[in-house]
Amino acid sequence: MSVVEAPVRPAPEAVSFTAAKLPRIAPVLVAVVAIAAAALPVLLLGWGLVAWVVLSALVFLVALPVWAAAVEGRRGATDRLMTGLVWTACAIAIVPLASLLWTVVERGLPAINTTFLTFSMYRTSLDQEVGIYHALIGTLLITLFAAVISVPIGVMAAIYLIEYGKGNRLARWITFLVDVMTGIPSIVAGLFAFALFILILGPSARLGFGGSVALSLLMIPIVVRSTEEMLRLVPDELREASYALGVPKWRTIVKVVLPTALGGIVTGVTLAVARVVGETAPLLLIAGLTTRTNFNVFSDRMTTLPVLIFTQNANPGVAETPGGTPPGIEIAWGGALVLIVIVMVLNLVARIIGRIFAPKTGH
Amino acid sequence: MAKSITVDDLDIYYGDFLAVQGVSMTVKARSVTAFIGPSGCGKSTFLRSLNRMHEVIPGARVEGKVMVDGQSLYDSAVDPVAVRRQIGMVFQRPNPFPTMSIYENVLAGNRLNAKKMKKSEADDIVERSLKGANLWNEVKDRLGKPGMGLSGGQQQRLCIARAIAVEPQVLLMDEPCSALDPISTSAIEDLIHELKSDYTIVIVTHNMQQAARVSDETGFFNLKAAGQPGHLVEFNSTQKMFANPDNEATEAYISGRFG
Repeated sequence: MSVVEAPVRPAPEAVSFTAAKLPRIAPVLVAVVAIAAAALPVLLLGWGLVAWVVLSALVFLVALPVWAAAVEGRRGATDRLMTGLVWTACAIAIVPLASLLWTVVERGLPAINTTFLTFSMYRTSLDQEVGIYHALIGTLLITLFAAVISVPIGVMAAIYLIEYGKGNRLARWITFLVDVMTGIPSIVAGLFAFALFILILGPSARLGFGGSVALSLLMIPIVVRSTEEMLRLVPDELREASYALGVPKWRTIVKVVLPTALGGIVTGVTLAVARVVGETAPLLLIAGLTTRTNFNVFSDRMTTLPVLIFTQNANPGVAETPGGTPPGIEIAWGGALVLIVIVMVLNLVARIIGRIFAPKTGH
Repeated sequence: MAKSITVDDLDIYYGDFLAVQGVSMTVKARSVTAFIGPSGCGKSTFLRSLNRMHEVIPGARVEGKVMVDGQSLYDSAVDPVAVRRQIGMVFQRPNPFPTMSIYENVLAGNRLNAKKMKKSEADDIVERSLKGANLWNEVKDRLGKPGMGLSGGQQQRLCIARAIAVEPQVLLMDEPCSALDPISTSAIEDLIHELKSDYTIVIVTHNMQQAARVSDETGFFNLKAAGQPGHLVEFNSTQKMFANPDNEATEAYISGRFG
């Protein structure tokens, strides 16, 4: 047996862990230079602000990687380029949102006052004040009833899918149908509710509850989906721990699984509400349109904010001063702002509730 | 309040797959029985079939008999929930309920079953169980804090406290120390020694020294061959198993010459 000699590796050369790097303020520096450089053609050719911003961004996206390539090498240049692109994409995504919010606040805020929020559109003479109170109440009630219908059905369906159905044929079918329902156009849901209540109550049926039924058709799949995801996140170990204590399955679900997932379920429900609160088409069909405040969802027409915005925009009326904003347009913007605030408050509430119910780590 | 368990020719399946075949043994009351063997040989599966936790997994089933106190656990009239109330279990990874405080975790078995009890009674159970699990001194000032805030070893002892709070007849432990450091392990081994006087304890372990230290009787599980079901090779008093086992395979495994 010959002795195998270990191959001797040549001693490594001295390794340097330092490399040339641009100064930390390099991006800021390049940005300032890019803005200044872009200003030149903009001023000379008389372009607008948008062109200036776009041109500055382009100059920045070229100049910084080129500089980095000269100093830091290829990897540094790629890094700078990709970082720049990611930031640009982020900015492009935010610009329309910020612009939309700004426009709604700017045009909607002047319309909002106590009269606007507490008066309905019903008036007996043309010089009386009007407001969106009836639509506010309509939106809140119809959405509330939609949630009352969808949340129990959605959560229980998700419990069946995760805890009982686990991959059997019925569960697979339900999952498939829920997926299909997610894609139902809202007008189809509206038509369904319309047809349903006309069959029951006769051809002139218009009621807020019909709107709730239509909205719940849109809400249920979202609630099922989000609840399913949350229940799936609950570790099986917790269920087994509970079973091993001699706790029956239904109690395990109610007392262990649901509380553990509650934060996520509440968030999912709130997002589903936020999704349907802005629906217009189905409500126009079945809930109808009225200028009066109606507190009874089970009879008579009910206006909601999106429907009000739509109709006011379609029939804005005549401006008091020639060339001014027609009253309907002002009301539409004010209503839009109120709707956005409602959705935002719902989101905040969801976050707070989610935080309160989140499992505690004790740190 | 301890009971013995008699197992007669038990076959355990996952769907069509036979995982453990033909196990017969008697687990004595008020003693510690350890199961050792290589990974995947069915020790944990067998343990879980002793309190009907096995069937929680879809498609899992058993054939054969498990008798506790003259009753067959797998009789059609037997309620698995009632079985699990008498035969508690501690898992490999500590799993306190994340939504509950230390206090509520200990009482979980009672509270989740909606047992009505007075505050003083509940306090008694919590104190007794935590003392029984050797955790009382460490947590008595922060019973209201979340159970997840404890260290791994403390969490595991909290799980043991939770299991003994419902006063089961038998305590099954599935590698209770595998995720713990030596100090926590030693605390739990001491605890097993103390619990032995009141409970029948069955423990699965990968640590042969641990089996030798804590158990009175030991069962060695092995696979017949790769892809074949696991079976019980030898079941004897721990002393005999580690000094002079009847079976050659047992001796090979225990002395580390496995294969």
